[in-house]
Amino acid sequence: MIDSISGKTSSRKKGWTRREWHYFWLGLVFASPWIIGFLVFTVYPFFSSLYFSLTEYDLFNPPRWVGMDNYKAIMEDRNFYKSISNTLFMAFISVPITLFSSLLIAMLLNFKVKGINYYRTIFYLPAVIPGVASALLWTWMLNPDFGLVNIFLRWAGLPDPAWLLDPRFTKPSLILMGLWGSGAGALIFLAALQGVPQTYYEAAQVDGANWWHRFWKITVPALSPIILFQLIMGLIGAFQIFTESYILAGGKAGSGSSLGGPGQSLLFYAVNLYQEAFINLKMGYASALAWILFIIVMLITLLVLKTSKRWVYYGGE
Amino acid sequence: MSAAKLVRTKIFPHTMLILFSVFFLFPFVWLVFTSLKSPHEIFELPPRIIPESFQWGNYKAAFETVPFGRYMLNTLVICLVCIIGQLFAAPLVAYSISRIPWAGSKIIFAIVLATMILPSQVQLIPQYIIFAKLGWINTILPLTIGAFFGAPFYIFLLRQFLLGVPRELSEAAKMDGASEFRIYAQIILPTLKPALATVALFTFVGAYTDFMGPLIYLNDAAKWTLTLGLQGFQQDHGAQWEKLMAASTIMAVPMILLYFFGQKYYMQSGSAFTGFK
Repeated sequence: MIDSISGKTSSRKKGWTRREWHYFWLGLVFASPWIIGFLVFTVYPFFSSLYFSLTEYDLFNPPRWVGMDNYKAIMEDRNFYKSISNTLFMAFISVPITLFSSLLIAMLLNFKVKGINYYRTIFYLPAVIPGVASALLWTWMLNPDFGLVNIFLRWAGLPDPAWLLDPRFTKPSLILMGLWGSGAGALIFLAALQGVPQTYYEAAQVDGANWWHRFWKITVPALSPIILFQLIMGLIGAFQIFTESYILAGGKAGSGSSLGGPGQSLLFYAVNLYQEAFINLKMGYASALAWILFIIVMLITLLVLKTSKRWVYYGGE
Repeated sequence: MSAAKLVRTKIFPHTMLILFSVFFLFPFVWLVFTSLKSPHEIFELPPRIIPESFQWGNYKAAFETVPFGRYMLNTLVICLVCIIGQLFAAPLVAYSISRIPWAGSKIIFAIVLATMILPSQVQLIPQYIIFAKLGWINTILPLTIGAFFGAPFYIFLLRQFLLGVPRELSEAAKMDGASEFRIYAQIILPTLKPALATVALFTFVGAYTDFMGPLIYLNDAAKWTLTLGLQGFQQDHGAQWEKLMAASTIMAVPMILLYFFGQKYYMQSGSAFTGFK
């Protein structure tokens, strides 16, 4: 992965030549904005949040050391479990559905037909709409009585759920909204699809493989590194769902009166964390939540990477 | 052309593409038509999709109900400062890790990649505490300062781009005794222009659409951005869907225009990951 920097960099002999020192200082100066930012805004907050997670802190009084109390309290917090189960639902149901939809759209966009550029523009368009605006639009689209979705469902003679008012349908609402924006992922897949040699498909066709076989035996393996990348980003994204939930649940800026939606069904991990930190001002408790989040995300990433060896194929190996 | 082939290569693809287009386009149609309805038409049963007469006044009303001009200005200032920051920092760092042969380049690149997956919530609270101690709450500083240190994604994007810029370009200047800074400023930066445009575009979109940042740091309604203003509008005028949809349309239009005029830059981000090496 990291191979492109020209020779000479990693000479491990004792004592550097003047030239090597010259480049060292030069490299350092050029990279200094990032280095400073990394230390001040990533490394320091990373460790100080570990410290805060062991304290009780409300911003106004100095932090008070409480040891593992925050972590113990979290283990007995119903909101925590609710937020975890809601988030896992999105990670394991919404993320694969959206990935599959992106892949499907990419394959449609890979057809060599007239006007394909227009289709591509249309498919990507929802992805450029600001999250707040698209969440508001969908709140109205999903209005039980006057929304377009239910107008259509009633016309088709199908059941018309109350969507955002019914705890069973709030997360499916979010999935529907996510599907609308799945053109963004499709674009990344499309770029990869266009790199798959056409000869693979031609050879398979000669061997009599049907569409289904070609999809599983050529397309999926060829795209597997990109699927892996999008899967990991999607899973991490699930743990950071915030804006959509905040708007769909109709939270009031500053008061947070109705964060989480009906039956807490939209209380996701990041929403719960925000609520504890910035509404309840429990900075220590929220820092503990942040560290648990960090550990969960690392575990999921490692787990996916580990299993990926079995299903991800890198070209030229 | 045989009938079977016609179905396979023309009819089937177009049918599928049109079906999906309907799904992607209809919410936009609904958005615009709702924004042009009269208040009682919104709640008419059975609902009609196309308004009886177009109420363009809803747009004017949306602007008069809340200070949208002010929100727009606040948002643009934040966007502009962030763009300046990223355009200053990201190419410098990308240059360091792809063009200067020094010991730190590989380490920094590895960390840059790792931080791309680090959930921002982990640093959120201490960052808030730092900004609170500096007295920066309710200013745009917490929302913009980070840009001056270079975002991992843009550093990555520019590095990928720099790998494709021939080295001979700078070697010749080096022979002539030009300093690294001169090579960077006069030779490399100009060749990076298309990639820098992508960075500027994405920075703009990112700052324009950000909701959580302003929600946490901007309490004073006079300093709100468009996203906060729109959300506040929902709170105070919740049932006035025609105005809310007009306001949403106003907010979406700049993003749609940017997309139409900058399509090739959007496409670049897609291919950055596939050419990942």
